[in-house]
Amino acid sequence: MHFRPVSVHQISFELNGKTVERSVGPEVLMADLLRDDIGLTGTKIGCSIGVCGACSILVDGTLMSGCLLPAIMVDGRSVTTIEGIAPSEDELSPLQDAFIRKGGFQCGICTSGQIIAATALLAQNAKPTREEIKEWMMGNLCRCTGYYKIIDSIEAAAGIERANV
Amino acid sequence: MRTFDYTAAASIDEALAALKEYGDEAEFIAGGTSLILLMQQGLVQPAKVIGLGNIKELRGIKRTADGGLEVGAMTTHRQLETSPEAFAYAAALPQSLGVIATIRIRNQATLGGNLVHADPAQDPPPVLIALDATVDVVKAGGGARAIPMEAFFTDFFETVLGDNELVRSVKIPPMPSGSRLAYKKFLPRTADDYATVSVAVRLGVDADGRCKDIRIGLGALAVTPLRAKAVESALLGQKLTEQSIKDAAALVRDVVDPLDDVRGSAGYKREMARVWTERTIASLAGVKAKA
Repeated sequence: MHFRPVSVHQISFELNGKTVERSVGPEVLMADLLRDDIGLTGTKIGCSIGVCGACSILVDGTLMSGCLLPAIMVDGRSVTTIEGIAPSEDELSPLQDAFIRKGGFQCGICTSGQIIAATALLAQNAKPTREEIKEWMMGNLCRCTGYYKIIDSIEAAAGIERANV
Repeated sequence: MRTFDYTAAASIDEALAALKEYGDEAEFIAGGTSLILLMQQGLVQPAKVIGLGNIKELRGIKRTADGGLEVGAMTTHRQLETSPEAFAYAAALPQSLGVIATIRIRNQATLGGNLVHADPAQDPPPVLIALDATVDVVKAGGGARAIPMEAFFTDFFETVLGDNELVRSVKIPPMPSGSRLAYKKFLPRTADDYATVSVAVRLGVDADGRCKDIRIGLGALAVTPLRAKAVESALLGQKLTEQSIKDAAALVRDVVDPLDDVRGSAGYKREMARVWTERTIASLAGVKAKA
């Protein structure tokens, strides 16, 4: 085996409103950079193959899998994780609040990803139908199978009240 | 994942120059949703990875002067799914992108990446075969070639691309007057799964109810996506009736060569190919399927 050169990259990106600079190898994935290097462990790693949605993050507002995204690809971009969703230290986002009020979680491992995915949904569709919520959230698995409560929480955050709840 | 040397190319020329230097030790990375998985499993271990994300020439969806559509290789599935230009071309085209995996993956995965990955169960290839699309490829050192979609795939995860070539765009010719497109993906397991079988049909019918245009693409039914020419030939110029569609669709059994896997036995998929070919043609012809 001949010598294989390995590159190192200086990346700079906005993370939850603050500029972050890091030196990373090209093999470092965003979910690992966030958790192991930056110390933001709210982003979870479930399947590691882009299926479960636990590592959902927003890149320039677009929903992505942190486990499939090389960190070098966020250079110059804006990243939002669960830690950046609340408007302040003392205040929750409407979705975070609704997930608590409506019991939108059980064990909690998928919750960060659920709230990030729902945040992306409500940003582009403020009053989604129940079907639209289901279609959008299909990529975020809950192994406690608390799906009804998750959908109820998203509807509540969107200000959609249902008579039979 | 084994580490590697990475360069983000700023232009097509730069990407091709880097590819020429490293040859078969290099891989392009588009959205990364397939390549990262292959690298994590050690199935692909490139010494060099060339990023295509900064190349503006590979982006964009536009209608061509003749009424066709050109889609840049770095267009994400979600961009094509939500494109007004694609919707105006044929609503079933963007809708066919909407059944791939999940929105999160569609935000990352690109059309060019999908094609070069050459997984025979992917959704865009059968649709693009039915639409008579060509893959626009550029070569290192100059030159380009247009490859018909149905001739692009050579084997399981293999294409005709040389190790000095890059997919620039996909070109879709104008829809023949009066023709329509349908895509059916048979998903007996979960909604985010790969197709068990999938069928795309472009169909045009004249005033007498005779088939004047038909092209059929098949997914997940062999080591490559397929075109069902035998079924097309049986129907072209014929009256489209329950019986003629049923008889023609039965010919698809000899077109396909499916593999046994977790989504079903080869025999089951062969039968499902017949059923879904019949249903897809019938849905476009406004005829009730017999199956």
